[in-house]
Amino acid sequence: MTTLTQPVSGPGPLAAAWALIWRSRRLVERNIMVYRHQWIIILSGVFEPIIYLVGIGLGLGAIIQEVPLPNGQVVAYAAFVAPALVATAAMNGAVFETIFNVFFKLNYAKTYDGVLATPMGITEIALGELLWALMRAALYAVAMFVIMLFMGLVLSPLGILMIPASLLVAAAFAAAGLAGTSYLRTVNDFDVPMGLIVMPMFLFSGTFFPVESVLPDWLVTVIQLTPLYHGINLIRGLSTGIIGIGQVWDLLYLVVFFAICLWIAMRQMERKLIK
Amino acid sequence: MTVFTASGRVWQRNWLVYRRLWHRSLAFGFLQPVLFLTAMGIGIGALLTPVSLEAFGGVPYIDWLGPGLLAAMAMQTATFESTYPIMNKIMWGRNYEAMLSTPVGIRSIVYGELAWTAFRIGSLAAIFLVVLTLFGIVRTPLAILAVPFAVLIGTSFAACLIAFTATQKNDVGFSAIFRFVINPLFLFSGTFFPLTNLPEPLRAVAWVTPLFHGVELIRGSIVDQLDPVTAPIHLAYLLVMLGIGVFFAERTLARRMAG
Repeated sequence: MTTLTQPVSGPGPLAAAWALIWRSRRLVERNIMVYRHQWIIILSGVFEPIIYLVGIGLGLGAIIQEVPLPNGQVVAYAAFVAPALVATAAMNGAVFETIFNVFFKLNYAKTYDGVLATPMGITEIALGELLWALMRAALYAVAMFVIMLFMGLVLSPLGILMIPASLLVAAAFAAAGLAGTSYLRTVNDFDVPMGLIVMPMFLFSGTFFPVESVLPDWLVTVIQLTPLYHGINLIRGLSTGIIGIGQVWDLLYLVVFFAICLWIAMRQMERKLIK
Repeated sequence: MTVFTASGRVWQRNWLVYRRLWHRSLAFGFLQPVLFLTAMGIGIGALLTPVSLEAFGGVPYIDWLGPGLLAAMAMQTATFESTYPIMNKIMWGRNYEAMLSTPVGIRSIVYGELAWTAFRIGSLAAIFLVVLTLFGIVRTPLAILAVPFAVLIGTSFAACLIAFTATQKNDVGFSAIFRFVINPLFLFSGTFFPLTNLPEPLRAVAWVTPLFHGVELIRGSIVDQLDPVTAPIHLAYLLVMLGIGVFFAERTLARRMAG
């Protein structure tokens, strides 16, 4: 007689992870349905980096012309600014979605209380919001990539990798936003993450000028501890084709930063939602 | 109660709310210009050669940029304050409904809100001017005129934005206003680079847009280059804009609150 062998364990870890992501899609679907009547908000986000690129990149670029990169090579100012704007667009898309919208759902609309009454849990909520922020960021990244191509600002075939790289940047900031939003109490508290973290990073991460050759060393060291610097350095390396060990560090930094923030976000959401 | 005493009450209401937040608001009002001037003024300024600086009338880039940023701040703050907070008082918090059941009328609400914007922008502009002085950008006592000019920019934008907000059923349109109107004005009004660097047709467009006139007035007063011929034109443009804005704000808000 032969005995029928039953599988001893449940689905493997990969299948379990996939099932989790598959369940999270419900939250993405919910967000898509909400935005059906507010698509202008998403679409106008595409416009923002473009207007900066034209205004600063071309307008100031006509006067500045060339910028030295850390390795000594020089590039046109517009080609210097454009990849940085891809990174800042990824950051802004992710941060606005996970700070303002998640705050509203968490504290006013009580959306997640409703979601938790379904088979979805905290993990699915966090993953769902993350996936949604990534989709938004992907739209911005692809749009900027196409525009850079047309303007001749993608200097290397490696430039195509700007798209996955900007998704990594978006994921890192979406996780950071999710982690941060649970600490905010009222709408007036938005000043703190936006004014003290996002805006200074936007200005001082090498977006508009090479920090290494302009700012004092101690400040550069501080800046190198922040995530947007690495996002910009990585994406600029890919678009200019000048990459080295630095970009490996950027990649590593962003992955670790993402993992830590996601862990904090899950823990905080759990604390906030399951009292 | 006259229109003006009633406006004073609307102003006072905003003050009572703001009293708990003013220290934070002023701290950010100080921090923001410091960060922008350091990053853009010094950072971008370092990329400019003496030859390229001629495009900015021979002054250091930071001196050229600072006044432009002050004008832009007046526009951005006034615009923001006239969208979400006004929408809140119209439909989310329904404060205007409560006010209108008292002797306060539509006109007093509009005047009161504009007086509030004037106060907010005035205080922020004064702080900004202190920062510009600390950076050594201010060259003449005439620079004090930048404060009333900033107030004029702020109230002109606020009046037009209140008129717009009163027509909106939700806040979706605000993102569009910020990205399609305010940001382009921010970048193409001679704030970051001189308009002489734009192609001729675009330069003509800039003359039609409001922030350009505000930037010219404020820069003129701070770096002591106010032109007696063009300055009255810039001033007149903004005053007319304020008048038109108030005219429409009263009408759209009256229609909205009646509906």
